[in-house]
Amino acid sequence: MLYILQTTFELGVQYALIPLALFLSFRVLDIADLTTDGSFVLGMAVSVTLAAAGHPIAALFAAMLCGALAGFVTALLQTRFGVPSILAGIVTNTGLYTVNLMAMGWSSNATILRQATIYTMFRSLGIGGRWSNLLLTAVIVALVAAAIIWFLGTRLGLSLRATGDNRDMVSASSINPAYTVTVGLCIANALTALSGALVGQSQRSADINAGTGIVVIGLACLIIGETLCRRGSMARGVLSAIVGSIAYRFIYAVVLKTRIVPIECLKLVTAIIVALAIAMPTIREKLAFNRRVRKAGKEG
Amino acid sequence: MLTIQNISKTFNPGTVNEKCALRGLSLHLDRGDFVTVVGSNGAGKSTLFNAIAGNFFVDEGRIRLDGQDVTFLPDHKRSRSIGRLFQDPLRGTAPHMSIEENLSLAYLRSSSGKSPFSHISKEDKALFRERLELLGLGLENRMQQPVGLLSGGQRQALTLLMATIVTPKLLLLDEHTAALDPATAEMILRLTTQIVAEHTITCLMITHNMSQALSLGNRTLMMADGHIVLDIAGEERRKLSVENLAERFKLQAKELLDNDRILLS
Repeated sequence: MLYILQTTFELGVQYALIPLALFLSFRVLDIADLTTDGSFVLGMAVSVTLAAAGHPIAALFAAMLCGALAGFVTALLQTRFGVPSILAGIVTNTGLYTVNLMAMGWSSNATILRQATIYTMFRSLGIGGRWSNLLLTAVIVALVAAAIIWFLGTRLGLSLRATGDNRDMVSASSINPAYTVTVGLCIANALTALSGALVGQSQRSADINAGTGIVVIGLACLIIGETLCRRGSMARGVLSAIVGSIAYRFIYAVVLKTRIVPIECLKLVTAIIVALAIAMPTIREKLAFNRRVRKAGKEG
Repeated sequence: MLTIQNISKTFNPGTVNEKCALRGLSLHLDRGDFVTVVGSNGAGKSTLFNAIAGNFFVDEGRIRLDGQDVTFLPDHKRSRSIGRLFQDPLRGTAPHMSIEENLSLAYLRSSSGKSPFSHISKEDKALFRERLELLGLGLENRMQQPVGLLSGGQRQALTLLMATIVTPKLLLLDEHTAALDPATAEMILRLTTQIVAEHTITCLMITHNMSQALSLGNRTLMMADGHIVLDIAGEERRKLSVENLAERFKLQAKELLDNDRILLS
C-alpha cells in the first residue's frame, strides 16, 4: 500500500510540470498548445540519450532548451506566419516525431543501462532514504513553481497575462503580443520537456510513443486541480496544477487497483472527463435557459 | 505635432467588397491642439484613427508624429507616444487583472530602461494611487480588485488614466463617452479636458454630438467619404452655430445619398 502511495506521489510530481505548462499556455495565454505531446517526448529523448552518454544533469538543461526551441517554432508559425494556433502546434508536433527519433539515434526507444541518473546520484548522497526519488523531484518542481510565480509578477509576466486577457491592450502598452506569445510558449514547452526529462531518467528509458495524449491528461490534471483548489490568483493556479497532477495519479492508482474502469479504457475516460469539464459552463447555461423557457411556457 | 500627407487606404482591393476608406487625406495638428471630428457612419473617422495608431499601414502617403516618420512603424511601437480610447469601455483594460496590474502595464510605456524581470515598485504604486485619487472615484482603495468588477464608467475613467499615465504626444478619443449614461459621460468628459489641459496633450476626438464638437477644443473637422470636407478654427468656428454645423452635416450626407442615387439609377 505504502509502495503504491509512494509511486503515485512520485509520478504525480514528475508529471506536474505538464499541467503547469498548460496553465501557462491554456489559462494565462489562452492558447491550446498541441506541441505538448511532442515536446514531452523530446525532453525525454534528449535527457535519456545524454544521461546514457554520462551527462545526467546537463541532460535536464539540454531537454529544457530543446523544449523551448519546439515552443519557439510553434510560436513563430502562429505569430509571424499566420498559421492558426492549434494547427501550428499540430504541425510542430508532427515534425517533432522525426526529431525525437533522431534524438534517440534513429530508434523508437532509448535506455540508460548502468550510467548514473540524477536519481542515482542523489540517492548516493544518502538523503531521504527510500523517499529520495520523490524528494529530489519535489525539490525541482517546487523550485520551478516558485520561479513561475515570481515570473508572473514581473513586468514581462504581467504582459504575458494581459496577452490572454486583452490582446489589444498589450500592443497599446508598447509590447508586441507576438513577443509575449513566443516567450510564453517557449517557457511552457521547456517545462513540458523538463517533465519528460525527469520521467525518462526515473524510468531509465524513453519511448517515441510516451507522449501520446499527454496534453489531454495534462488538461485533466489542471481541471481537477482547479476544482480542488478553486481558481484565483496566479499562485493558486500554479498550486492547482501540482495538486491536480497528484490527484490524477491517485485516481489512476485507484482505478488500477480496483478495476472499476478497465485500465484499457483510461484514456477514453480521461478524454470524457476533460471534454465534460471544459463544456460544463456552456452545458449549465443551456440547462438554465431551457428551464426558463419551460417555466415561461407553463406560465404563459 | 502630427502631420498627415495625402494618405489613402483601400480595404479588400480587387474584390466586390472593395472599400476606399481614406482618399488622399492630409491634416496637420499643432502641439496642444484639441480637435473634434464629426462625420456620418462610414465617413472614415475611425479608419483615420486606425491609420494614425498603426492598426494597418496606409497604401499611400506619410504620417509624421513630432518630427518622426511613423508611416511604417508597427502599432505597439507607436503606442509609446499615442494613447487611445474606444467607445467600448471593455477594450482598454484586462478584466481579470487588478487595477494596479492594469496601471503597471500601461506604465510599461515609460520604462524603456527598466528590466522586464523587475516587479512593480513601491514608487510606482504610490504614483498609481496618487493618480487614481485625482479621478475622485475612490478607485485608489480598490487597487487589488480585478477590473472586471468595475462599471463601464469606472473602466473608461481607468482607461483614460492608463492612456495618459505616461503623457502621450497624441491622444485619440474615438467616441469614448458614447456608450455611457449622460452623467457618467459628463464626468469622463470633464476628466478628459482636465487631464488634456494639465499636460497640454495634442488631442483628436470623434463625436456625434454637434454642440460638443463646437464647444470642446479649438478646431473642428468634418469628414465624409474618406476626405476632410470642413476644417474650421478660430473666429469662423466661434461664429458657427450648432444648427449651422448640423445643417452642413445633413447637406454632406444628402450629397452622398444623391451620389448613391445616381449610381443606382
